[in-house]
Amino acid sequence: MNANGKPKLAMYWASACGGCEISTLNIGEHILTVDAVFDLAFFPCIADFKVKDVLGYPDGYIDLCLINGAIRNSENEEMVRLLRRKSKLLVAFGSCAYEGCIPALSNLTTRDATLRAAYLDNPSIDNPAGTLPQPHTAVPEGDLEIPFFYHTVKSLDQVVDVDYTIPGCPPEPHQIWAVLQVVVAALTQGGSLPPKGVLLGAGSVAVCEECALAKHEKAVARFYRPYQIRPEPGLCLLEQGLICMGPATLSGCGALCPQVGMGCRGCYGPLPGAEDQGMRMLTAIASILDVSGRPGDNELDLERKVEAAADTIVDPAGTFYRFSMAHSLLRRARTDGVEAAVPQPAVWS
Amino acid sequence: MSPERIGVYVCHCGSNIAATVDVEEVALWASEELGDRGVVVARDYQFMCSSLGQELIEADIKEQGLTRVVVAACSPHLHERTFRTACKRAGLNPFLCELVSIREQVSWVHTDRAAATEKAMAVVSGGVERVTLHQPLEPLHVPIHPATLIVGGGIAGIQAALEIADSGYPVYLVEREPSIGGHMAQFDKTFPTLDCSACILTPKMVDVGGHPNVTLLTWSEVERVDGYVGSFTVTVRKKARYVDESVCTGCGICTEKCPVRVLDNTYEAGLGYRKAVYRPFAQAVPKYPVIDRENCTYFQRGKCKACQLFCPTHPKAIDFEQKDEILQFQVGNIILATGYDLFDCRRIPQYGYARLANVFTSLEFERLCNAAGPTGGKIVLRDGVTEPATVGIIHCVGSRDHNYNPYCSNICCMQSLKFGHLVKERTGAEVFNFYIDIRTAFKDYDEFYQRVLEDGVHFVRGRVAEVTDAARLPGEEGKLIIQVEDTLLGKQRRIPVDMVVLSAALQPRQDSTEVAYTFGIACSANGWFIEKHPKLDPVATMTEGIFIAGACQGPKDIPASVAQGAAAAARVLGRIHQKELALEPVRASIIAERCSGCRICNNLCPFNAISYDTARMITEINPALCQGCGTCVAACPSGAITGTQFSNEQVLAQLYGLLLLNVSSGPVQQPQPALVPA
Repeated sequence: MNANGKPKLAMYWASACGGCEISTLNIGEHILTVDAVFDLAFFPCIADFKVKDVLGYPDGYIDLCLINGAIRNSENEEMVRLLRRKSKLLVAFGSCAYEGCIPALSNLTTRDATLRAAYLDNPSIDNPAGTLPQPHTAVPEGDLEIPFFYHTVKSLDQVVDVDYTIPGCPPEPHQIWAVLQVVVAALTQGGSLPPKGVLLGAGSVAVCEECALAKHEKAVARFYRPYQIRPEPGLCLLEQGLICMGPATLSGCGALCPQVGMGCRGCYGPLPGAEDQGMRMLTAIASILDVSGRPGDNELDLERKVEAAADTIVDPAGTFYRFSMAHSLLRRARTDGVEAAVPQPAVWS
Repeated sequence: MSPERIGVYVCHCGSNIAATVDVEEVALWASEELGDRGVVVARDYQFMCSSLGQELIEADIKEQGLTRVVVAACSPHLHERTFRTACKRAGLNPFLCELVSIREQVSWVHTDRAAATEKAMAVVSGGVERVTLHQPLEPLHVPIHPATLIVGGGIAGIQAALEIADSGYPVYLVEREPSIGGHMAQFDKTFPTLDCSACILTPKMVDVGGHPNVTLLTWSEVERVDGYVGSFTVTVRKKARYVDESVCTGCGICTEKCPVRVLDNTYEAGLGYRKAVYRPFAQAVPKYPVIDRENCTYFQRGKCKACQLFCPTHPKAIDFEQKDEILQFQVGNIILATGYDLFDCRRIPQYGYARLANVFTSLEFERLCNAAGPTGGKIVLRDGVTEPATVGIIHCVGSRDHNYNPYCSNICCMQSLKFGHLVKERTGAEVFNFYIDIRTAFKDYDEFYQRVLEDGVHFVRGRVAEVTDAARLPGEEGKLIIQVEDTLLGKQRRIPVDMVVLSAALQPRQDSTEVAYTFGIACSANGWFIEKHPKLDPVATMTEGIFIAGACQGPKDIPASVAQGAAAAARVLGRIHQKELALEPVRASIIAERCSGCRICNNLCPFNAISYDTARMITEINPALCQGCGTCVAACPSGAITGTQFSNEQVLAQLYGLLLLNVSSGPVQQPQPALVPA
């Protein structure tokens, strides 16, 4: 804290969409309280700060630093290492920082393929020279350098030490406000901080707990995409063949999606101790697949039926690991050494 | 440093392990490399399972204060109990002992000694990491209900029922046909002694029927089995007989007065007739008839009621309004003795069954020979009068044939020899047996074969190609010609006969897979019920409390079926006498605070241990029903279900050890768990 006695707040985005900032501002009139309580130290989304401002702070100057976004390139990594050094409490804010989220789906392919998709092989791209981003470009004025695009997208805790995690894509405003209140109480009134490493701003059970739809024993013969059927109101979506990640997803959001007929996407991540959200949901889906098999059925026939039923799930990796790829047991797809072919520059910190 | 004091014991298993794995090296490695992980003593020994081997462990537990034990030896299936018991004797909770397999999973599947030794080290390392997280557990005790359900009233089921009932314990005997007796009740003589089948069977049937400890439920089928060993809840459908058993005297007047004659495909194998209200055979137990709804004039056309009209009892025993009854009762154990079906000989068209009149199945022939059968025991052609002058008996019809059943049906050789003898005895006809091999391996069986040889029965070694009525040579007109390669003479023969008997294969019951499903046991690829161990546990199954006896387990003759019936009864009686059973405490449990009530697991449990509490809106597991299979543990997307001794932490720790991430000299350097390189 500096002379005016106010704790310092920072919020930074790494590889992110900006939704986390919007959700933070969505806490409504409470934002006035945040302004009254905190001094902003670094918040590129809403105030003009430069990296050199941060470099000028003494270590540990920032009391609370919220980082959203995944670690996609060398700039992301440099910035979070810097902010870690300058911050007392560092929070992985939102799904990207927590577990990689959408950016980490590119871990299913290679760096090369990702760059091709973004700069070459796409009908909306006009790039006749086939130019790809280069870390170094020599121009008459000197050597230009841009951040290095990593092979693998990482979560924040895979790069720096993280004090707390707030899940969600984005975290719900009421949860953000609740967490801020706890931290503020601790910083200004000497309340106790939650133990290091915990998830904040979330429940402790699965989304189903908060979901009012009626649940029954499940036997699903095939799955549908949301546009293919009109779900029966009031009835569990998973039972109706709409993929809902609710059972494998931590509560805290209030089950907003399933209650308006859209299956839970799983953005709050796995339950503590459930390790791997995608795998958990896959085994659950496998357990409720009903191909009307009877004991003694021909195994090959059964296998075909199971495969046909499973094939009704479009893009399983993107469905089950939509948010959690970087933090899953898989972490990324095998590339058999392709990634080692492109040397990666050292990162300062 | 690990807080535990772990002992590692590496078994040579004679040369079973030691020939492929350097066991001394493994023990030495464990004591040096896994010292940081809590290993305070590591030994190798010739036979860890011997008394001396076990004493080694016990002494270390007492003297070195071991808190965990890892035994690297054979599969836990074989000796887990041995080593757990040894630990228990030394005062260590038996579940703090982990048996890792370096025989089935290492020495028996590898040839490269160096690689196998390295793998054994990894396996031991995994065991050490896992056992560190083991919890002391206590077995669950469940009481055993003294009643037993026996399914199937053939000779195996009858024997089992009598053994248990005679010991003073209640038995429910469920039979789907109107009478008990099974296939044995259809036979005339039994090999090798040629006793009259009915004469030795019916006294046992009568005993069962009148036994105070036996509840006989014929014309009934088991619909559902819930619960677990010691406390099964059985649901039985008692089909409507349309005869009030409390009134009927079994006088038989209804049968006499019934105007409808029905071809009897079950008991008479299609050779004889019965009425629409009938008792399958004279000595049927129970004595009450049953109305065959499909063929009864009243049920089909709404009038007749002759049986009711003439029924002499007051009130009338015939009750057209009777409905199926659903009965529910508790039993502690179950014996399945559901028998076999006969191979359908029409599946081999070249043998002419159902096309050539005088081709008979073995069961038809049994009925022909039977004094109470359709011909009064006269062996005659399908016309009912002509005695055959020559009879051909074909062995292995549908057995030992990759087109139908690969297995030997066990009884057909002796049955065919018996047929040969009966033909000789009753008609003096010439008899030809067509066989592949003669298998007469049991007591007095080969003597019987010699006797039949002396009777003058001819034996032709070769599989019959065809049975035809197309005469080609003089003397073949009007005959059935058996075309066969006589492999002893090395030439084709055509043997004209008047009658052909097909010794048909024994097959699993048509609905055996559904029955297996109902009772939660397994069937082999052929459809026979699978025993727990083919040699050492032949009447138990992998499901606790469910036993099997007789031909439902595989083709079997009467002596073997009786032996199995008695054996299953002995196993059940042993259980009942224990009064309670100690169950493995390896169980799944739900952390209630973490269950969201999503109900994914609700219909997965093969043992019906999972139920949903509608008031609390969470799912619960009944620990006594749970068998610890782990299906729900894997399915729970919330990680709310854990398996005792198979927690995530334990499994991951074992992997950590297996990958040698726990030792500094392991092939993979210890990673920094939090920070991951790009």
